[in-house]
Amino acid sequence: MNEPTIVIEHLTKKYEDVTAVENLNLQIEKGELFGLLGPNGAGKTTTINILCGLTKPTSGKAKVGYFDVQKETGKVKELIGVCPQETAIYPYLTGAENLELFGNLHSMTKENIETRRKMLLERLGLMQEAKRKAEKYSGGMKRRLNLILALIHNPQIAFLDEPTVAMDPQSRHAVWDFIRELKKEDKTIILTTHYMEEAEALCDRVGIIDHGKLIALGPPKDLISKYGVTNLEEVFINLTGRRIREEV
Amino acid sequence: MKLQRIIALTKKEMKKTIREPAVLFMIFLFPIVFVFAFGSAFSGGEQPTYKIGVVNTDQGNPVNASQTLLVAMASTKILNLQTYADNNAAQNDLSQGSIQAVMIIPNDFSQSFSTYQAAPNNQTAWRNATIALYLDKGSLVATQAIPPIIQQILTSITGQSQQVAASPFRLEIASLVDVKVPSALDFIAPGMFTFASIFLIMMVAQSFTQDRENGMMKRIRITPTTPAEFMTSQVVSYMIIALIQAALVFAMMYAMGFRPIIGLLTYAFAFILVLLFSLSNVGFGLITATIAKTSGAATGLSFLFVLPQLFLGTFVGASLSSSAQIAGKFVPSYYVTDALTSLFLRGAAITSMTVLLDTAIISVFCVAILAVGIVLYGKYFRI
Repeated sequence: MNEPTIVIEHLTKKYEDVTAVENLNLQIEKGELFGLLGPNGAGKTTTINILCGLTKPTSGKAKVGYFDVQKETGKVKELIGVCPQETAIYPYLTGAENLELFGNLHSMTKENIETRRKMLLERLGLMQEAKRKAEKYSGGMKRRLNLILALIHNPQIAFLDEPTVAMDPQSRHAVWDFIRELKKEDKTIILTTHYMEEAEALCDRVGIIDHGKLIALGPPKDLISKYGVTNLEEVFINLTGRRIREEV
Repeated sequence: MKLQRIIALTKKEMKKTIREPAVLFMIFLFPIVFVFAFGSAFSGGEQPTYKIGVVNTDQGNPVNASQTLLVAMASTKILNLQTYADNNAAQNDLSQGSIQAVMIIPNDFSQSFSTYQAAPNNQTAWRNATIALYLDKGSLVATQAIPPIIQQILTSITGQSQQVAASPFRLEIASLVDVKVPSALDFIAPGMFTFASIFLIMMVAQSFTQDRENGMMKRIRITPTTPAEFMTSQVVSYMIIALIQAALVFAMMYAMGFRPIIGLLTYAFAFILVLLFSLSNVGFGLITATIAKTSGAATGLSFLFVLPQLFLGTFVGASLSSSAQIAGKFVPSYYVTDALTSLFLRGAAITSMTVLLDTAIISVFCVAILAVGIVLYGKYFRI
């Protein structure tokens, strides 16, 4: 077993009368592809925001790459890449310029930016459109650009918050292949998704959280076997119920 | 602070300005279109009074005619007389905008008056006297209103009716004769420089709220970019935009005939004033972005800061009531326009007291507003 690169201990986050994350304990190994699953409002994004240093926890602590996310936020930010849930790109910049900007924000050299940019654009099928303004991209292309913006600086740890949402099956499979390649490069990946087949196909382990609490943890196959069902989606429904949830 | 990040973010902001038609229009075209639409300065409301500096060199012999003239001028209640011992002191106050005109009564004024009284119908027996009048070239009202008033008073003390043209006194309007005839454009030019930059408030407010709405602010925060680097890039970007605006407005005014008789250093100083002023507009933009929840709301709210700056501190404000002009002293644009008027139109030196004082006030005002903007925005929305 590899040493853990992300350590979460007794992490709690409360917003007035709502507890978004409650006493969460979790360790994620270096090179692991970990799926963080849960219904809407379960606390997935809040957990990621805490790990990125964007949100302060109410109590507990977390380390990313051996750095305390509260005390050494700057060092954490140098290690991580985050693909946010919403498509966050500058529409008036071209795809190439968006990547160049974020490369510069990560203090990459010009040559390094060029090499990584070319590789990422080619890998996600955006090379032909690299010099077009991002506002002209289709929805799927914007989502792919959104993903590679998080990876331009070749981060050791990647947080991918629903990276394949609103993608067609072709784009989704291209992204899956890309994520698998990242894993081969020994990157640690934390993936949140509502597509259970995606988690089942990609993740080494998944953690299911609901109402801010971790309610299941383990490799998808083990969980399927443990609950005596045929797929991860059934595990998920068994654990979280069929009631429709809304984001809080 | 890493220069690489600041340059990257500044370049991004400049590209946005160039590539987004709405931003491009608001920043560069709207001020020019607006200024053209106004065309000339407004005309004003209340009965004005004009401060006139008087340098009396008249010997007062054989009768004290200059005293008669000064009493007649004072009795109009339109003119507020201020006596100077020498022309230099009076010219200094004129260049600083403290008085609107300097009238120099010649040493032979009384003699001239006596020769007229002795033979009012024999022009060949008169000794002619020239009264020099220097006008505030920064005031359209002063240049248009003061000469006819003084001419009327001169006519009245000779006891002539308005219809009789002949008089031993010649009023020589120094500023108009020596330099050039100022146009309406000359008078509104300083305010136009200031005006152009004011709309940065709206741009900054929209930019920050939009980036917040579309998740870009959060995305930037996840990178190692520090708040200081981010804010520096924003301030630098908007200073560059303000500089380009000022250059465009100047080029447009130059093409229309605006030719201030000043040196290169004074031009450079004028642009520095505009740059300083842009800091307050970034500050007001940040305050707006703090209050506004959406970019649409930011556009509307920005007018809370745009309109006072526009109406009280640019060429628009010159024709407002005296109370509005007092209110103008609480907006930074007033001091920018005043300093530019002193430099461009009154011929004041950069080191003159009025320009230095205006610059000091602008600096304090603008840095303070920027600081308040950054602190407020940082408090409610982490940068």
